[in-house]
This record gives sequence, structure tokens and C-alpha cells, in this order.
Amino acid sequence: MTCSEFLSMLDDLIDDSVTSEMRADLKQHLVGCEHCEVTLSTTRKTIEIYRSHEIYDMPPTLRERLHTAIMARCKKGC
Amino acid sequence: MSTIQPIASELEPHPDVALVARVRGGDVAAYDALVRKYERQIFRIAQHITQNREDAEDVMQDAFLKAYEKLDQFQGNSKFYTWLVRIAVNESLMRLRKRRTGKMVSIDEDVETEEGSVPRDLADWAPDPEQNYTQAELGKILEKTIKGLPPGFRVVFELRDVQGLSTEDTADALGLSIPAVKSRLLRARLQLRERLSRYFRKKKVGEK
Repeated sequence: MTCSEFLSMLDDLIDDSVTSEMRADLKQHLVGCEHCEVTLSTTRKTIEIYRSHEIYDMPPTLRERLHTAIMARCKKGC
Repeated sequence: MSTIQPIASELEPHPDVALVARVRGGDVAAYDALVRKYERQIFRIAQHITQNREDAEDVMQDAFLKAYEKLDQFQGNSKFYTWLVRIAVNESLMRLRKRRTGKMVSIDEDVETEEGSVPRDLADWAPDPEQNYTQAELGKILEKTIKGLPPGFRVVFELRDVQGLSTEDTADALGLSIPAVKSRLLRARLQLRERLSRYFRKKKVGEK
């Protein structure tokens, strides 16, 4: 397996949507390829960091203000 | 990393189905529950597209009001949330268009970049690299990094990787094909990884 072939399967590997046979081939490639190993681990870490530190979160006061405004208009029939 | 689980099994009706039915029957409290459930996500999507806090506030309100008004048109072929995202994305694009004085804006713009298709910076990262920054610093780094991506990449990444939607639901919400969602997600992930490497890579010996 070449690095390009590995890269084309990277998302499926991360999303756990590969067959067990393909997974074994991908793991075999990783044994001898530090570049792909680093790409995989740091891409996983990228997703994990964005998932655990939600950006653009609404402060509670803003959330309440907007929520109240939306519901007030819905109750009036918009 | 654990696999992203679908929000509900395909065999069971999604919990939103009952709430939507109650709203249709005139129960405003059921809509309150739907708004509370999704307001933070919708706000984030609007921020990703408009990159403007005031616009995001307006988009969030308008999207929920429009969904309420048009609930009769919601067919139930999509999930309620994907339908709501579609409304919010359209509202966000309209805001962008206004700011750019009428210039056409679409979710497809700037996606023809080759950047990130092949990883360049292959330095490994420090273990738990985010620990080297305060929460505030890290937040700024993450915002600055994702802002550099085209809007169509940012939204796909947000829906798939942060909010955990399936590829199919993301495609449905954005009006994209499944291969288009997959290709954007891979490139978004690789571009973000590449850009974050500047902050998170292991320092070489002697490097400050």
C-alpha cells in the first residue's frame, strides 16, 4: 500500500467504517510508515480537540435572551 | 477514538418526531423544547458561515421563527434537525450576501483549493499539546485556525466531527452529494491538522 492509498482511506479508518481486512492492510502500512502514523494520530487529535473545546459557544445570558425572544414571537404567532 | 453513534436507531422513531407532532397540534411548549435542544448548535453553524456574532444571533432567531412558521411544509422525509440546519445555512448565506452588497454567495465557494490534500508538515505533536495553552488561548487558536478554511469546509467539519451527524444527514442538510461531503471532510480535517501543527508540534531540542 502506498501513502496516497493510505490517505484515501484515512477518513474511513478514523470513522471506523473499514472492513477488518482493510483495517489489517492499513495497520500493516503504519508499521513501516512514520509519516502516515503521524498523520493519523494528529488528525485524530485535531478532531478530538475541536470536539472537546466547543468554539462559538453562547454565553448563558445571550442564550436566555435569544431563547426568550424566539419564544415570545412564536407565542404571538410570529 | 470511539465511533460517532447515530442520534437514534433507524428502527425507533426519532424523539423529535413526537415533539414536532405536538407543535403541529398547537403545543408551543413542545417548540420551546426543540429550540432549547438545538439553539447552541444552530448558533455555532451561523457563526461558522457568517463569521460575525451579530449576524449569528439574527440567523439563529430567524431560523427558528421560519421553521416554526413553515412547520406545515416539513415533510418528515428529513430529520427535523437537518431541515432546521438547511434553513439556518440559507439564512446565513443571505446575511453574507447582504454584507457583500448582493454578491452571490454559496456554500461551494473556495472549495477548489488543493491545500491540505497532501500533508506537508509531518512533525509529530507534543503529548496533550493543548495543555500548553490556557483555555482562552486555545479557544483563540481553534477559532483562528478554522476561520482560514472555506465556509463549505467549516460547516461540514462542524456537522460531522463536532456535532456527530452522519454523512447522509450532513449531505441532506447542506444539499450536497455524499461524495462531496466526504471529500470536504477529508480536506477540512487535513487542513486543520496542518494548521494546528504550528502550535502543537513537538519542539526540537534547543528550540524555544
